[in-house]
Amino acid sequence: MAINRRDFLKFSAGTGLMLAAEANVGNRADAKELPRDAVGILYDATLCIGCMSCMVNCKKANSEPGGALYHRETAGKIPYEYEGEEKKYDAPTGLSADTLCVIKAYRENSDAQGGVFSFIKQHCLHCVNPACVSVCPVAALQKDPDSGIVTYNKNRCFGCRYCQVACPFGIPMYEWEKASPSVVKCQLCNHRYAQGSYSACCEACPTGASLFGKVKDLREEAARRLALKPGDTYAYPVNHIEHGKTTEQVVPEYVDHIYGLDEAGGTQYMFLAGVEFDKLGFNPRITNQIYPEYTWSYVSHVPQLIGALLVAGTACRIVTQKLDKEKDRDK
Amino acid sequence: MESNPAIKTWTPATIVMMLLIIFGVGVGVYRMINGLGATTNLNDVYPWGFWLGLDVLGGVAMAAGGFIIACAVYLFNWKKYRPIVRPAILTAFLGYLMAVLALFLDIGHPFRLWHPSIMWQYHSVMWVVAMHVIFYTTTLGLEFSPMLFERLGWEKARRAVGKIMIGAVIFGVMLSTLHQSSLGAVFLIAPSKMSSLWWDTKLPFHFLVSAVAMGLSMVSFETALSQKFLHHKVDKEIYFGLARGVMIVLGFYLCLKLYQLFAVASPGMAFDGSVEGNMYLLEMLVGVILPLCILAVKKYRQNTRVIFSVNVLVIVGVLLNRMNVCLFSMESYNTWRGMSYSPSWKEFVVSLGVVSIGVFLYKMSAKHLPLFTH
Ligand code: SF4
Ligand code: SF4
Repeated sequence: MAINRRDFLKFSAGTGLMLAAEANVGNRADAKELPRDAVGILYDATLCIGCMSCMVNCKKANSEPGGALYHRETAGKIPYEYEGEEKKYDAPTGLSADTLCVIKAYRENSDAQGGVFSFIKQHCLHCVNPACVSVCPVAALQKDPDSGIVTYNKNRCFGCRYCQVACPFGIPMYEWEKASPSVVKCQLCNHRYAQGSYSACCEACPTGASLFGKVKDLREEAARRLALKPGDTYAYPVNHIEHGKTTEQVVPEYVDHIYGLDEAGGTQYMFLAGVEFDKLGFNPRITNQIYPEYTWSYVSHVPQLIGALLVAGTACRIVTQKLDKEKDRDK
Repeated sequence: MESNPAIKTWTPATIVMMLLIIFGVGVGVYRMINGLGATTNLNDVYPWGFWLGLDVLGGVAMAAGGFIIACAVYLFNWKKYRPIVRPAILTAFLGYLMAVLALFLDIGHPFRLWHPSIMWQYHSVMWVVAMHVIFYTTTLGLEFSPMLFERLGWEKARRAVGKIMIGAVIFGVMLSTLHQSSLGAVFLIAPSKMSSLWWDTKLPFHFLVSAVAMGLSMVSFETALSQKFLHHKVDKEIYFGLARGVMIVLGFYLCLKLYQLFAVASPGMAFDGSVEGNMYLLEMLVGVILPLCILAVKKYRQNTRVIFSVNVLVIVGVLLNRMNVCLFSMESYNTWRGMSYSPSWKEFVVSLGVVSIGVFLYKMSAKHLPLFTH
């Protein structure tokens, strides 16, 4: 699916304002550090060939018991999204209740030859301080204290959809068509990770564009790639950074930025690209602010407010009653 | 005490309400069977729509009159407003019941509405809101109960409640203040989606202040209606006092909004012809500027007819504000994501049904309960 540039420009006009507003929030008390064994994905858009193997394997792996697309009623079925009459192949146009991971293409000046071109892979970024987890009133969304994976428990969720409003990346999807719906989002193949395996998308990626590993290793790897000289060759790790498999590639010209290192307070899914990230479908108004702090700076004051209001109310009543009695006496 | 024979149960208005309720319940049942997708036009980019903006956010703001009048009479000892305490509390109680009913239909799993009460996640504003709804609705029930006990002649129960009434009022004022602001705080998490015409770290305070203005207008509005249709005579001074209150609170609110417009957003955003800008201007004109201009004239401030129209303006304006925060403030983000939303007819029918239930219950209470006895 193509990304529309004009709408984007119109929309990004507010970015400066948001940066100005950011300075107002300074409450860091609730911020969490990256868990020591946090795992994540490094996606290098310059390596991605758009084969969509990740999408295919994601859907398959997550339709199995424990997966994010598994439902007892539809067990054994993979929720394909067909396009048109001929039901030939899975063709999702974006994230949906049936699609956790999607590859999109960005092309500038589509008629011109050799224009700027890039793929981008979208799914949950497993934020270090996830907005979705902080807003969920029933703790259906939780962040694993060891792996940092943001999981979802459909038996707790009562369907308020606050997570959808809160996630700055627009990741959680809802099963609108069901009478008994759930939220759907990538859970980094938590069910496979628990059994010693890793994310299906990275397992299927032939080029190393999607690379699984410990977040701190991935951060080092990303920094290493940015330091490489364009035109040199480099042995890019493939699938899992600890598995030692590599492929030799010519180093491209990178945009000097690791998306996800600081965005929204840091994410466990990180990106490298040859095209500016604003063009690749990221909301340009996302700042480096830790999102849960916006609400925590309010919620953390609620106990004090309760106390203050109770005292003020009682005091008010006592004073006015006294004044009333005095008035009666004067009469 | 007997039912009020002057109020007829079956008037044309009641019949219309009954029909609306029947339609609303019908669609409500349809929603329970077929789910949200079949009933509403909500989608992944607009997860919150008409029901949440109007029935829940708007309904709760409308109920603000209850805590303000209770506070004025019981805590500030402004005896003048005693005649409207009971109607105000009843409105608040019904308003909250309606909001809960709308929430029940709006959440994906209606029968899990109770989950927050045992699954605590106190970092979530939504959890705080849920707790407030539970406690405040109970408190309002308690504040309302003397009317029922008087009617039933349960003297003992009445006296028992009377003893804890002041405590309940203080507790209720605290809960309500926090609940109104918490509803604003819900949106603090979405700075990268909302237009800064609305998004601000002071949003909770904006919600509280506008709810107070709305509450005062609402009380005055419904008192006027009760006077006309339900034969409730009140002193004109009450209207004048409420109008003065509306003026002061709105004036303060205007300052807050202007400060926000200049310091956080930029005035240009309001006039750039975008959907957000236009909705912002509409909301401010209808709900704040026009009422303030009218109320600034002393002659108008002392004319119950004019006050009535001003109340309507304020109520519509604050309702617009809630719809804007919930829907239109995210318009450009949502368009960028390639989605649009306009409520389906089923959403309208349910909303009308919910409101009709409230009005009908109010009327029945006026007929059968000692609502207007001072
Ligand atoms: S990207 Fe969105 S859904 Fe994923 S962890 Fe972050 S806030 Fe939650
Ligand atoms: S929709 Fe479910 S998972 Fe999302 S915030 Fe509400 S209860 Fe939590």
